[in-house]
Amino acid sequence: MARAKVTRFNMASLALGFAFLYLPIVILVIYSFNASRLVTVWGGWSLKWYREFFNDSAMIEAAWMSLRVGATSATIATILGTLAAVALSRGENFRGRTLFSGMLYAPLVMPEVITGLSLLLLFVALNAERGFWTVTIAHTTLTMCFVAVVVQSRLGSLDKSLEEAAMDLGCAPARAFLMVTLPLIIPAIVAGWMLAFTLSLDDLVIASFTTGPGSSTLPIRIYSEVRLGVKPEINAICTLVIGLIAVVIVVASLASKLTSTRGESAAPL
Amino acid sequence: MAEKVSKSETASEPVKIEPRVLPVVKPEPAPQANMPLLRIEDVGKKFGSFRAVDRVSLDIAAGEFFALLGPSGCGKTTLLRMLAGFETPDEGRILLGGRDIAQVLPHERPVNMMFQNYALFPHLNVRDNIAFGLRRAGMARAEINTRVAEMVALVKLDGLEKRKPDQLSGGQRQRVALARSLARRPQVLLLDEPLAALDKKLRESTQFELMELQRRLGMTFIIVTHDQDEAMTVASRIGVMAAGRLDQVATPRELYEAPLSRWIAEFIGEINLFEGQVETRGHDRIVVSSRDAGTLAVAEPRNPVTRTTVSVAVRPEKVKLSRRGPVADGAGNQAINRLEGVIADISYLGGLTVYKVRLDSGAFLRSSMANTARIDIDAYSLSQRVVAWFTPDDCLVLEQ
Amino acid sequence: MSARRIFARPARFAAIAPYVWMVLFFLVPFIFVLKISLSQTVIARPPYTPVFDFTAGWAAIEQALGALSIDNFRLLVSDDLYVLAYVRSLVVALISTSILLLIGYPIAYGMARLPKRWQPLAMMLVIVPFWTSFLIRIYAWINILQHDGLLNQLLLALHLVAQPVVWLSTDSAMYLGIVYSYLPFMILPLYATLTKMEPALEEAAADLGASPREVFWLVTFPLSLPGVGAGVLLCFIPIVGEFVIPDLLAGSNSLMIGQTLWLEFFNNKDWPVASATAIVLLVLLIAPLLLYDRLQRRQLEAK
Repeated sequence: MARAKVTRFNMASLALGFAFLYLPIVILVIYSFNASRLVTVWGGWSLKWYREFFNDSAMIEAAWMSLRVGATSATIATILGTLAAVALSRGENFRGRTLFSGMLYAPLVMPEVITGLSLLLLFVALNAERGFWTVTIAHTTLTMCFVAVVVQSRLGSLDKSLEEAAMDLGCAPARAFLMVTLPLIIPAIVAGWMLAFTLSLDDLVIASFTTGPGSSTLPIRIYSEVRLGVKPEINAICTLVIGLIAVVIVVASLASKLTSTRGESAAPL
Repeated sequence: MAEKVSKSETASEPVKIEPRVLPVVKPEPAPQANMPLLRIEDVGKKFGSFRAVDRVSLDIAAGEFFALLGPSGCGKTTLLRMLAGFETPDEGRILLGGRDIAQVLPHERPVNMMFQNYALFPHLNVRDNIAFGLRRAGMARAEINTRVAEMVALVKLDGLEKRKPDQLSGGQRQRVALARSLARRPQVLLLDEPLAALDKKLRESTQFELMELQRRLGMTFIIVTHDQDEAMTVASRIGVMAAGRLDQVATPRELYEAPLSRWIAEFIGEINLFEGQVETRGHDRIVVSSRDAGTLAVAEPRNPVTRTTVSVAVRPEKVKLSRRGPVADGAGNQAINRLEGVIADISYLGGLTVYKVRLDSGAFLRSSMANTARIDIDAYSLSQRVVAWFTPDDCLVLEQ
Repeated sequence: MSARRIFARPARFAAIAPYVWMVLFFLVPFIFVLKISLSQTVIARPPYTPVFDFTAGWAAIEQALGALSIDNFRLLVSDDLYVLAYVRSLVVALISTSILLLIGYPIAYGMARLPKRWQPLAMMLVIVPFWTSFLIRIYAWINILQHDGLLNQLLLALHLVAQPVVWLSTDSAMYLGIVYSYLPFMILPLYATLTKMEPALEEAAADLGASPREVFWLVTFPLSLPGVGAGVLLCFIPIVGEFVIPDLLAGSNSLMIGQTLWLEFFNNKDWPVASATAIVLLVLLIAPLLLYDRLQRRQLEAK
C-alpha cells in the first residue's frame, strides 16, 4: 500500500477527517480559558473556570472517585485481560474456548445500557452495597476485553522462535514465558492499562447504573450539569481531563515505542 | 552483496567447465540496422538523495530474452518498474516501438509483468485471475474463454481452473502468474525475480520452460535476477548493474570470458586476480609484474590499457596443473605463465575438482579440472608440489 | 511435541481467572435480567416481585416461579411507544453506520496509502479522540451547536443564514454526534485490513489494464470486506442501544430504545419493564452479535 501514490483525494479526505475529529476538542480547550461566560464573546484569557472547579467540592469528590475507580478497575482488568490474551493466543483449542472468547469480546459491542442494567440487577440480587466496588467491578468487566485485544494483538506479532530458543536453552515453558515473552509485551500491557483507565474515567452509562448514593463519578456529575445547559466550568473540567488523558497517551506511546520493534517476527509474511 | 556462485560449486551433478555452448534455441541479438523494440535512453531515478538508477541506456531487440543482473540494491528492480510504469524516471526516455512511454500509466502500456510474489488475486480463482486482464481489455466473452483455455494449456494447469490461489502449491501459483501475465500478449513481458521462491530442481526445470515459452511465442522477455546462474541460463544477453549503473551488456559468454571490470569478473563465477604493474607492451601482449604471481604475460586486449596498476584475471578452469609443468608445444615462442606451489585444499565436486594452490609467494590460486576419468590413480594430494600454468590468451587485464 | 503444544497446556490455565470473572459478572447477570423481565413492579426494595428467597424452601420457590409472567413483553410489543423506539433505533443505527462507512472508508484508505513512517502517527491521531472522554466530545459539539454557539456565529458571519439555526435537539445533531463518536471504530478495522493487503495486488491489477477506479472496485474493495464487516458491526450494534448521544443531542419527541430503557429504569423506577426492554434488544441483536463474534475470531486468530 505504501508504494502507491497518495492522491490529492486521499490527502483531502485525511485532512478533513482529522479536522473533523479534533476541531471540537480544540475549540473546547480554547474556550475553557475564556474569561467571558458566553460563547459569543471572547473575554480574554482567564483561569477562573479552573478556580471554580477546584472550589466545587462535589466535583472534586466526583473526580477523585473517578480516578480511584479508574486506577483500580484498570489494574484488575489488565491482569485478567492479559491472562485471557495469553490463554487465547497460546492456548490452542481448549474446551469452552468459543464461549470464552465470545464472552470476553462481547462487551466490546454490547450496548452499555444492557451491561449496566444486568450488572446492577446482579448486585441487587446479591444485596451488595452499591458504591465504589460495584462500579469498579462493572468497569473491570467492561474494559477487560479492550486490554485483551491489545495484548493479544501484540502476542500474535511476536516472534515465536524466541520462546522456543528459551526452552531449548533449558527454561520450562512457564519460565520461558515469564523471562522472555512477558518483558516483550510489557508495552502492550501498559497500553492496555492506559486504555482501561481512560475508558473507566469516561464511562457514564454503566457507572450510572451501578453506582450508589453519594458516590458519583465525574462523568455522572458532568452529565447532570450538561443537561442543565452549557457551563464554562465544564469546559475547564473537560480540558483538565483531556490534559490528563494526553499525558497518559504520551506515556503509553513512549513505552510502546521504546520496545515496539524488539522481538517482532522478522518475516513480513 | 555480490554473489559468487560458481557454476562448478552449485551442483553435485556433472557441470561442464568448457566454454558454454549456446543452445541453438536462443534468438540472436538484433542487428544494428533495425530499430530496437525497446530503447532506454539515459534514464535516471532518484529517491530522495539516493540515486537508484544512474543514466542507464540500453537497447533491447524484439524477441530477445534479456536479463538484468546485479546484487541487491543495484537498481535493476527500479529499472524494471519504470518499464512497467510503477515508477516514473526523473530523466531520460523509454521508447517502446518508437513511442516514449515513460509517462504512460501502467494500465495503458502494452507491457505486462510477472510479480516476484506472484500477486495473485486471492478472491478470484485461477480462471478469473487469468481472465482479469482480458476483461479489462474489453474482449468478448467467447474470445476470453478461448484465450484462457489456451493459457491454461500453455502452462499446464488443466483441471485447476476453479481453484483459488490458497489451494495451489508454490509452483502452481507461479504458473498462474505466468499465464496471467501472458494472456494479453504484451509486447514485452517483465519478470521480477520470478523463480526466487522455488526450490532448486523446480527452478531449473522452470527456467527451461520459460526459455521454451519465450522461443515459441517469439516474445520479448526481460528478467530481473540476482542469480547469475539463472541469468546465464535463460538470457541471450545480460545487463549487469551495480549502484544504479549499467556496467556491461553482453552475451553470457562475453560476460564470462571478457568482463569489463574487476567487480563483474568476481560477481560472475570464480576468478583468480593478481594485482600488478604494467611493465612492457608489445608483440601482441602486455607484461605485468605482480607481487603474488611474478611476471605474467597477457594477450593484448582490444581496448588499450591506460593504467599502470592493473589486475590480471584468470578463470580457474583455464589454470592447468601438472607435476612438472607444461609440455613444450608447437607454438614455441608463446610465453607461458608458470607458477609453482603446493596443494593446500581439494574440493571434490563430482564433475570437477577444485584445487586451491598455495603459491610460493604465499598467495592462493584456484584451479578447477574436470574429472574425466572415473578412476584416477594419478590424482593430486594435499601438500603435493605442483606447477600451475596458463597461456596469455587464457587470462586478461582488468583496470578496476 | 511441538513448541506450540508445550505452551498450550500452561497457557490454558491462564484462562481460569478471567473465565470465572466473565461468567460471574457477564453471563450470570443476564439470568437476572431475564428473571426480572418476567416480574412485576412494586413499590418496595427491591422494586420488583417476586423475590426469590432460596432459604425459604422449595415451596416458596415454586410459588415465586408461578408469579412470573410475560406481561412486560406483551406490553412491549403492543405499546407503540416501545415498538417505535425499537424501529427508530434500528433505523438510526443503519443510517449512522452507512454514513460512518462512507466517511470512514476514504479516511482509512488515505491512511493506508501514507508512507510507512507516517502511518503510526496517523493511527495515533485517530485513536487519541477515542481515548479522549466520549462525554466530553459530545459536550464539545453541544458547545459548537448551541443557539449562540460557534457554528451559528460562523454562518451568520458568512451571511449564509439570516438567523441562528437550531441545531441542537435535532436528528441532524444526533447523527453528527454518533458519527463523531464512532468514527474511530469504523476507521481502525478498515485500516487494519487495508494495510494487510499486498501493494503488489493493486500494481498487478493496473499492470493488467485496470484503470485506478477498476483497481479499487475489483481488487481493493473486495479484499477489504472483512474489515468493512468488522467496522460495520462494531458500530451498528452499540449504536442501536445508544443513550447518551440521543439524550443530549436529539429532540425529545421520539426516543431510541436506550433512552426508553433508561427512562423506565431511572424515572419510572420500573425495573421489570426496563429488563424486558433489554431482553428484547438483546434478542434483536443476537444475529449481528454472533456475526461479529465469528468475524472477530477469524481476524484475531488468523495469525
